[in-house]
Amino acid sequence: MKKLISLGLAAAMAASLTACGSGNASETTAAGTAAASADNKTGDNSGASTFKIGVIGPLTGPAAAYGIAVQNGADLAVKEINEAGGVNGIMFESNAQDDEHDPQKSVNAYNTLKDWGAQAIVGSTTSDPCIAVAAETSNDNMFQITPSGSAVECVAPENVFRVCFADPDQGTASAVYIGEHKLATKVAVIYDSSTTYSSGIREAFVKEAGNQGLEIVADEAFTADNATDFSVQLDKAKDAGAELVFLPIYYQEASVILKQAHDKDFAPIFFGCDGMDGILTVKNFDTSLAEGLMLLTPFSTTEDSSKAFTEAYVAAYGIEPNQFAADSYDAVYAIKAAVEKSGVTADMSYSDICDGLKAAMPQISIDGLTGAGMTWNAAGEPDKAPKAVKIVNGVYEMQ
Amino acid sequence: MSFLSYLINGISLGSIYAIIALGYTMVYGIARMLNFAHGDIIMVGGFAIFTMVSTLGMAPMVGIITAVFVCTLLGVTIEFVAYRPLRGASSLAVLITAIGVSYLLQNLALLIFGSNARQFTSVVTISSLKLAGGRLSISGETIVTIAVCIVIMIALTAFINKTRIGQAMLAVSEDKGAAALMGINVNRTIAVTFAIGSALAAVAGALLCSTYPSLTPYTGSMPGIKAFVAAVFGGIGSIPGALLGGIILGVVENLSKAYISSQLSDAIVFSMLIVILLVRPTGILGKKINEKV
Repeated sequence: MKKLISLGLAAAMAASLTACGSGNASETTAAGTAAASADNKTGDNSGASTFKIGVIGPLTGPAAAYGIAVQNGADLAVKEINEAGGVNGIMFESNAQDDEHDPQKSVNAYNTLKDWGAQAIVGSTTSDPCIAVAAETSNDNMFQITPSGSAVECVAPENVFRVCFADPDQGTASAVYIGEHKLATKVAVIYDSSTTYSSGIREAFVKEAGNQGLEIVADEAFTADNATDFSVQLDKAKDAGAELVFLPIYYQEASVILKQAHDKDFAPIFFGCDGMDGILTVKNFDTSLAEGLMLLTPFSTTEDSSKAFTEAYVAAYGIEPNQFAADSYDAVYAIKAAVEKSGVTADMSYSDICDGLKAAMPQISIDGLTGAGMTWNAAGEPDKAPKAVKIVNGVYEMQ
Repeated sequence: MSFLSYLINGISLGSIYAIIALGYTMVYGIARMLNFAHGDIIMVGGFAIFTMVSTLGMAPMVGIITAVFVCTLLGVTIEFVAYRPLRGASSLAVLITAIGVSYLLQNLALLIFGSNARQFTSVVTISSLKLAGGRLSISGETIVTIAVCIVIMIALTAFINKTRIGQAMLAVSEDKGAAALMGINVNRTIAVTFAIGSALAAVAGALLCSTYPSLTPYTGSMPGIKAFVAAVFGGIGSIPGALLGGIILGVVENLSKAYISSQLSDAIVFSMLIVILLVRPTGILGKKINEKV
């Protein structure tokens, strides 16, 4: 009897091991298949050379809406560029790897992509993983452009550029926007003190708020371990008479805040940054709670300049694109413009390519989805105008 | 008025901790083991309700009953498969097994449901209570949580003191060997303890996810740890201790968030635990057990 039980236990343990391991196993298989098919593809077009772009982002997990959008946006841009005949005879190819919004997994994803033969990286999608990957690409001298890694440190190495605004710029821009449009004078902030993204924006926002005549009546934090209970923070904001609550946080926590605020009959203006983009995709979320929510995002599907992209995106993936898809689409086009400008070829080593692209980036200008006439400085920061949208009847409306 | 609101929310949070802590404390009191998988049973309960109510469109009550059933079955199975064979083993081996079961449950949930968070539809349908001309608003979830906690405490105390199986539990917790000699089926008593603890975990899962509407495979782990702290705080093995520990923990957590720092609340809660354990190593209501040599 005892033996039988220990046999059963061993089986249970083995099952648990498989359960833990299988996620990774299927990932590696997926990567393997992707790499294999990639090799086939290169073999087929042996005449034209292929430029390999590695994409990194959270394809599963709480921030999956961002990563999947980045993957789709990059794929779509690559497809369009190839259909238009490539650049200087070079065809593009992309391969996306999952990092689950985890710095360590992001570095693993980068290594997988390097093995695949990546020559430039679009990613990582979120800030903390991006900082980790930037340290690696800087060591390797691999060109990296992050669509949405907005922490200041993301572009600290000279080989890293970004499409989105930096955190302090988002915080400052939000304060300026609220001040100039006279949305409120009494403002509460609820932020996640355990992420660089959120605390970075909040710091700049608080600094700029005084200049804009905004009074911060409540400045409340939470951490990743406490990200489900916001009743105290909301009560304090409500009691302090906040007319606007600034939420420089990711959409997942924001969806819980909106629900709890609704239950408390607390209805100020909620104002978020790019991390809020994706709130309409939360599973089982009552999107009517997000009515009137404002967010600073450089992209809206309702703009004329993004109509063609939106149609192509919906046709390919069945959902409306968000800002992350647009950022990553622009990132690929920035690489294309830099490749054109620098004249690098796909048979060069990634380090030589990086030197060429790095020098070309400050000289290019693209009319992207996230801003017309976007340019970059040598530090890797983009130059474009911020825009705000409001959620009306379940869709973004440009302000 | 805001103080009252923080206090009530703290009591509600503490009530959830107390219900979870009951599971820890009963199992510890009777089987002398720490069942670290308890927090994850809450998560399984949450997913059972989510699947029944939001995916299959059943009534919330059906969802809760299913969750209680699923969790009870799960708790008894875990006890039978993972803990019973180790009854004679060292307590460290049992502890490691419990941690293993906890990871097994989390990873199974990741495999089945994925790591995307879901917004949980509240199972509580009564609307919020407005007092003092709308200045004090108490949500339906808060009222139900506190009420359910009180009912569970009374029912459990009556069950242990008035029924034969409850008396058997007391006997086993005092002395396993002597209880067996008196004709008590120790294994069955422990299985019943796990069943009750897990059923309570399902109820806690329903309340937790209704109040804080976000459900992921990791939903149970932090509340599980906090409830364990509450159990130790009140004196592990003691049922009134679990209630007291849970409520104190919830209130301290909320008030320190409100008046000291919303960032430091966890640090404050855990430092308080250290202080209490330095002053009273057995917890507030814990019994001092004299080791006989």
